[in-house]
Amino acid sequence: MPLGRQMQFMLLFSRQGKLRLQKWYVPLSDKEKKKITRELVQTVLARKPKMCSFLEWRDLKIVYKRYASLYFCWAIEDQDNELITLEIIHRYVELLDKYFGSVCELDIIFNFEKAYFILDEFLLGGEVQETSKKNVLKAIEQADLLQEDAKEAETPRSVLEEIGLT
Amino acid sequence: MPAVSKGDGMRGLAVFISDIRNCKSKEAEIKRINKELANIRSKFKGDKALDGYSKKKYVCKLLFIFLLGHDIDFGHMEAVNLLSSNKYTEKQIGYLFISVLVNSNSELIRLINNAIKNDLASRNPTFMCLSLHCIANVGSREMAEAFASEIPRILVAGDTMDSVKQSAALCLLRLYKTSPDLVPMGEWTSRVVHLLNDQHMGVVTAAVSLITCLCRKNPEDFKTCVSLAVSRLSRIVSSASTDLQDYTYYFVPAPWLSVKLLRLLQCYPPPEDAAVKGRLVECLETILNKAQEPPKSKKVQHSNAKNAILFEAISLIIHYDSEPNLLVRACNQLGQFLQHRETNLRYLALESMCTLASSEFSHEAVKTHIETVINALKTERDVSVRQRAADLLYAMCDRTNAKQIVSEMLSYLETADYSIREEIVLKVAILAEKYAVDYSWYVDTILNLIRIAGDYVSEEVWYRVIQIVINRDDVQGYAAKTVFEALQAPACHENMVKVGGYILGEFGNLIAGDPRSSPLVQFNLLHSKFHLCSVSTRALLLSTYIKFINLFPETKPTIQDVLRSDSQIRNADVELQQRAVEYLKLSSIASTDVLATVLEEMPPFPERESSILAKLKKKKGPGVVSELEEGKKDSNSEINGGVEPTTSTASTPSPSADLLGLRSTPITGSAVPSTGNLLVDVFSDTPSATASVAPGAEENFLRFVCKNNGVLFENQLLQIGVKSEFRQNLGRMYLFYGNKTSVQFQSFTPTLNIQTKPVDPVVEGGAQVQQVLNIECLADFDEPPMINIKFRYGGTLQNITLKLPITINKFFQATEMPSQDFFQRWKQLSLPQQEAQKIFKANHAMDSEVTKAKLLGFGTALLENVDPNPDNFVGAGIIQTKTIQVGCLLRLEPNIQAQMYRLTLRTSKETVSKHLCELLSKQF
Repeated sequence: MPLGRQMQFMLLFSRQGKLRLQKWYVPLSDKEKKKITRELVQTVLARKPKMCSFLEWRDLKIVYKRYASLYFCWAIEDQDNELITLEIIHRYVELLDKYFGSVCELDIIFNFEKAYFILDEFLLGGEVQETSKKNVLKAIEQADLLQEDAKEAETPRSVLEEIGLT
Repeated sequence: MPAVSKGDGMRGLAVFISDIRNCKSKEAEIKRINKELANIRSKFKGDKALDGYSKKKYVCKLLFIFLLGHDIDFGHMEAVNLLSSNKYTEKQIGYLFISVLVNSNSELIRLINNAIKNDLASRNPTFMCLSLHCIANVGSREMAEAFASEIPRILVAGDTMDSVKQSAALCLLRLYKTSPDLVPMGEWTSRVVHLLNDQHMGVVTAAVSLITCLCRKNPEDFKTCVSLAVSRLSRIVSSASTDLQDYTYYFVPAPWLSVKLLRLLQCYPPPEDAAVKGRLVECLETILNKAQEPPKSKKVQHSNAKNAILFEAISLIIHYDSEPNLLVRACNQLGQFLQHRETNLRYLALESMCTLASSEFSHEAVKTHIETVINALKTERDVSVRQRAADLLYAMCDRTNAKQIVSEMLSYLETADYSIREEIVLKVAILAEKYAVDYSWYVDTILNLIRIAGDYVSEEVWYRVIQIVINRDDVQGYAAKTVFEALQAPACHENMVKVGGYILGEFGNLIAGDPRSSPLVQFNLLHSKFHLCSVSTRALLLSTYIKFINLFPETKPTIQDVLRSDSQIRNADVELQQRAVEYLKLSSIASTDVLATVLEEMPPFPERESSILAKLKKKKGPGVVSELEEGKKDSNSEINGGVEPTTSTASTPSPSADLLGLRSTPITGSAVPSTGNLLVDVFSDTPSATASVAPGAEENFLRFVCKNNGVLFENQLLQIGVKSEFRQNLGRMYLFYGNKTSVQFQSFTPTLNIQTKPVDPVVEGGAQVQQVLNIECLADFDEPPMINIKFRYGGTLQNITLKLPITINKFFQATEMPSQDFFQRWKQLSLPQQEAQKIFKANHAMDSEVTKAKLLGFGTALLENVDPNPDNFVGAGIIQTKTIQVGCLLRLEPNIQAQMYRLTLRTSKETVSKHLCELLSKQF
């Protein structure tokens, strides 16, 4: 008997097929990951707007949703609940939105590490860890505060650093 | 530039990302990246120690480059260094890098584990969470070894912060999944169950996932969680939509937690305790009731969350399969969704109804929706939804609606997406067979399938129709008539020609009375398709033709002309040519009686699992189909002996092998003195083996005396191929076990006592597994080692015992010698017991080239110009064993007139002479 159902991986990519975020909850080789990504991005982009948000793919189920220029795409197992997964996507988008203040693709590109941190607070090991928006963002903002403190304590960066030459 | 720059924003990183985004071409991007990589490399290698900030920035850049799809092969050490920084953000980036770019480098893992250990012990909740996240993300065995016993302690400790508990629960879950053996069960488990009562909803949410996983593995130990889960669920379901504050999602209280709790309950049968059960039923009813209430919000998030709970509740109801009332209510609810404007809901309703259809309580209720489902099959614009509709039709099919469903599926097939045609074909074929009341309908349906979607009709499908026609004499005449008509079409699919050819070859006589389908008409019709067909079909047709000669003697001259024509008898394809030659010869020399015997009607096929069903199972994975079959078994028992689903059981392999005592007196039962090599006694372990050698195996075995490769055994299920090589007293043998069926073999155990690589206990349909044996000949021997093969095919245990093709002559070393040496040695071996001689009749054509090849294959050198009679063969060789060497000389004298041979063997050992003479004499 399988030990448990869970998410397999998450991909976030743009309408142009550019991968913006990826998270794998099962161990796979880099080669396999790239192959899956390529195939899946193609499959999802080929779907028309009115089609349903679920599709069978290999022996997995893909749940995806498009927000503006971004596709959020989760792979779950056959017996998993599709609708709740769809709302996992939405809650994640809400979290990003709240954190960045009406999030756009650029936020995720430039602050990919934050997108990862938020994801880890929300979902851990492929399972929902904390669904409260308040609690998730509290954890992230606490970290940001620690960061600010640290920054103030540091000496000013050199001019070279400021123009990006280091 | 970023629209918002939160936190500290590493400027260097932002500039780099902007640069990349501004690159006009892929080349420019790669150039920029390479420049950056070189820069980072030099910084990391430089003499000046980098400060934490710089390290963090560069590690982050590497991460970004990796995410762009480039390989990163350095920076791991710097990331590990960041882990021990006491600045949170540096630590955080270090952990992120490790989580994304896991490295199996054990040296590094040890360092990472050290850093994690420190953070876990730090009592700083933010650090603890970071390190737990890292373990959950990487989840490697090394980490399990290091932390699997520590984390349960953190999880249940009274003073652990809630957020740490949440991470600890899911971290433990991940480790339990990767390495269940390393997670110690103990006192903590009972306390984990009580987390279901925790005040903090987040803690409950995380803990339920862990508990569910533990329950699946040890349901008995965690039984207490059922009542706790029910009461928690009940509290959520009955709470007002705002009670749970931030855990309410678009007016739905705690949807994620509710779904997880319902999922947890699916690990168990319905609660025995009446009070608990009552409470649960109440919950389920409330959930069903809520579905009928007007929505509290127009937002799709509201209805999705609500329906997510509803679908999970329905899954639980189906899982219990004991509450008719709830099942029917579930079915009605899904029925409403079938016509919902949301595609997602229609999809899910079709999917969920599929499982409802297999419950006896709701099967009838599901059937009432047949028109809607048929309509979905015709009108849905999304192929994935149509696929679900086809699945549901298949699931709801029974004797009452089979004709309607099959005909709808057939007409859908004409326009179906290519991606699902094969599956639809299989489903139609299965339904047609299963619910056939009269077999003419079945035959019509399959022929329609071939007509509409011939390319997608796999062998299994057309084999099956032939099996059924052959096994049921009431349908044979109809089948012959129908295929004959179908073949009239100017263009018909090759599969139709195959079925037509086969059936007319068997039963063409049943329609031959009608002048419109007289024997010659039948023949001409088939032959008009012949030239358009592939080799395999043509081969089949040739067999049909020879069957015609038997059925209808009047067609003999016509057919013989065809067989005799150059395009048959000189066909470039060996198989066709051989058939033409043999059939022509057979038809001209055999008497009518012989012909009638050889070409008798095919005997009925043994009933076994339908090969089509096996194929569908393979396509859809075993669970899906057998579930459906199980539910419908009752209604189809009378037809074709039923179609039994196979259940899988795996067992451990015991690929122990027993080989080569290789002693001339085998039956002692004592093991060969261990010489530290690979070999163990063959005979002590399989005393009765020789008694039950598989039929036909002896002949096959003899064929291996003079050759090393070939097929050792073959029946309907299994083929065993052998490849071997020998050198001096050593040998290596490869055994190839090929599964000829489309069904898995389970508990596959070839038994010998030798050190071999273990063989996988499961041989998939159509697959082959290999086993390697290393062989050493210790002493000369007569009896070959035995191999016993056991496996499960379907439900039955198969047991095959074979002689391994290892005979003493395999250890021959060929010896060249001049004429006078040969005669000198020949004279030296003149004791009567050193010689063995046999005179025997030739069993094969006496061709000197073939004989030479056989003798060389036997292993001796062939000595030219030794025997004064050039027709005779003389050979010499030395048998190499670990203990002794036995010199051998042989002479073979063919007598063509008498079709006889005389074989003489002289060796230094009596038993060897006799045995070699015995072996070799059976080869000619």
